[in-house]
Amino acid sequence: MWTFLLKRILVAIPTLLLISLLVFAVIQLQPGGFLQNMLDDPRVSPETVARIRAQYGLDQPVWEQYLGWLKNIVLHGDFGFSFLNNRSVSSLIWERLGWTVFLAVLSIVATWAIAIPLGIYTAINRHGLAANLANLIGYLGIATPDFLVALLLIALVLSTGGSNVGGLFSPQYIDAPWSWARLGDMLGHLWIPLIVIGLEGIASLMRQMRANLLDVLGQDYVRTARSKGLAERVVLWKHAVRNAINPMISLAGLSLPNLISSTIIASIVLNLPTIGPFLYQSLLDKDQYVVMALLMLSAFMLMVGNLLADLALAWADPRIRYE
Amino acid sequence: MQQPRVVCHALEALFRARYPLTTASPPPGRRKKRASSMSTLASSTKRGTDRSSPLYLAWRRFTRSKPGVISAVVLLILYLIALFAGFLSPNNLVTQHSEAVYQPPQRVHFMREGKWVGPFVYQLEKKRDPVTFIVKYQENPTRPTAIGFFLRQGERYSFLGFKTNLHLFGVAQTEGYFFPLGTDQFGRCLFSRILVGSQVSLTVGIIGVLISFSIGILLGGISGYFGGWIDNLIQRITEVLLSIPRIPILMALSTVIPARWPSTWIYLGIIAVLAFIGWAGLARVVRGQVLALRDMDYVTAARSLGAPDLRIILWHIVPNLTSYLIVSATLALPGYIIGESALSFLGLGIKEPMASWGLLLKDAQNFQALNLYPWLLTPGILIFVSVLAYNFLGDALRDAADVRSD
Repeated sequence: MWTFLLKRILVAIPTLLLISLLVFAVIQLQPGGFLQNMLDDPRVSPETVARIRAQYGLDQPVWEQYLGWLKNIVLHGDFGFSFLNNRSVSSLIWERLGWTVFLAVLSIVATWAIAIPLGIYTAINRHGLAANLANLIGYLGIATPDFLVALLLIALVLSTGGSNVGGLFSPQYIDAPWSWARLGDMLGHLWIPLIVIGLEGIASLMRQMRANLLDVLGQDYVRTARSKGLAERVVLWKHAVRNAINPMISLAGLSLPNLISSTIIASIVLNLPTIGPFLYQSLLDKDQYVVMALLMLSAFMLMVGNLLADLALAWADPRIRYE
Repeated sequence: MQQPRVVCHALEALFRARYPLTTASPPPGRRKKRASSMSTLASSTKRGTDRSSPLYLAWRRFTRSKPGVISAVVLLILYLIALFAGFLSPNNLVTQHSEAVYQPPQRVHFMREGKWVGPFVYQLEKKRDPVTFIVKYQENPTRPTAIGFFLRQGERYSFLGFKTNLHLFGVAQTEGYFFPLGTDQFGRCLFSRILVGSQVSLTVGIIGVLISFSIGILLGGISGYFGGWIDNLIQRITEVLLSIPRIPILMALSTVIPARWPSTWIYLGIIAVLAFIGWAGLARVVRGQVLALRDMDYVTAARSLGAPDLRIILWHIVPNLTSYLIVSATLALPGYIIGESALSFLGLGIKEPMASWGLLLKDAQNFQALNLYPWLLTPGILIFVSVLAYNFLGDALRDAADVRSD
């Protein structure tokens, strides 16, 4: 298993290098820049801007800037400096990474906890009212963009007289220490982002699970299990569901990019303290080091997620060996 | 198309009556499909168009899917609306009505004082809530305004190169306003903006898919056909593009487009950005298919005849993937529509004075506006309908292209 892990990590390195090159190129292509915008400010003298440029090596040739940026990341874990916030990028990201990962992981758990049972239910009761309703919600989830789901939920909450929209906490709890009341307040806010992030995932996972299970239920070994007199419950859960769930794990890896994208969009619309609004603001202000770091980070999270999905698949499916 | 199908059904009934065995309990769920495959078999002997041609069979399979056919019709209507947007919209896209800001949709009435008078609307008048100072609009029963048809008024718009100011319906400008879906913060007619916005929202996908498919087919084909270091290089590049989540990279790329560009250029820029991300997944699949096909006899034959490599890829191998490509194009289109609307919604996409459904939804981003002016959400319905229709159409086309599903 360790050689498998090592191999995967070694393969990921050139990809990450290429991603860094792409990310850097995109930022270089941006017209203007944060320092360029500073020049428009009459209070800032051109000399100051030139000094800042020299300090961060932005006056050097492009390839030297790239190598310098890369060297700092690899050797010192230093992702550069945020001109907008006047702080190092790493510390800014650390603050928001916790909530980002928390929201993403919670959405995955919630998505699976809802989608798998629904998929099983709709596969067994194919023509019932509840199954049709679930299918309908599935289609709604696939065809509604995340930000629209967020807008609809906000409109729904506001029109029913609620006010728990936006952010993760009510104003009085934002800086309060953890307590039961704060947790309750968070849960009151949390369901909206969870639905926004998870709806698409629930819809596609549910449909996939339904298709897988229907496939497996037609297999010979299920018939064998039935004909040797096993209880339907055992046939379903031990023979069918167990086998139908394996392909879902690799699907979890594939759905990660969508999950990260949804988290970002949902956070921007709902103003959540994740990397989403941070990326958005930095893009608008052309805070280049922050943007590069966040793009690298989202690609990195995707790779880690895919690796975890592969490991989980190997753990769940005895037919898969680490090679 | 109608005549042969009637014959078909008659023959099918005949066939079933004569060979009852063929309908005897096929596995559940496949019964319908099995039965109609018999009908195509039986009817292929009949005169007229070649009813055993693969295209005809695929058409038969497609028309059997109700959601697919309905979606195709819905999409056709949507594209017709986009084409005739200027004619169908009662007001101009950018005209601001400062005295009708955030006006709610006007209801169309037909009866006045118990008598049928044809379609008309009441003009709305502003009232301020004495407590909250929120502006409220109320119908003014003393000012009914008839809705006219084929009016020539307002600014000219261009339709297929012609300049005209003919509108299908509306209210005479001298008499008042008609805003079927209300107005936005500048008093611009939301209905007209949605119609004109559909031109952007619905074409972004099609142009984007065409571009990204051209790149994907070419690079995927080259990659699979030649192998070796070219293959390796192209695969690395696609891997890089596939391993960055879509939204962050789209957002970053869209900031590359200079904000001072005219809005039509920005529109093209957004398409380029979407296509730049979109080709990678397709290139990978095309490569796989080409790998499987490149050692087939007919490819070897073409090669031994001295056909150039590019010709073999584009004229001999790719046509074999046509049905697959059409299906993936249809299923990829919703991604472009959603991508464009998300970017425009965030203010990183289409810019004023152009309109797109995503850009229109941007006005609803503010919580207070959303609560007070819920009609601003209507463009979302159109995003939803078009995305859903493309999904259903894609599914139906996939089933139709699958020979084994018969």
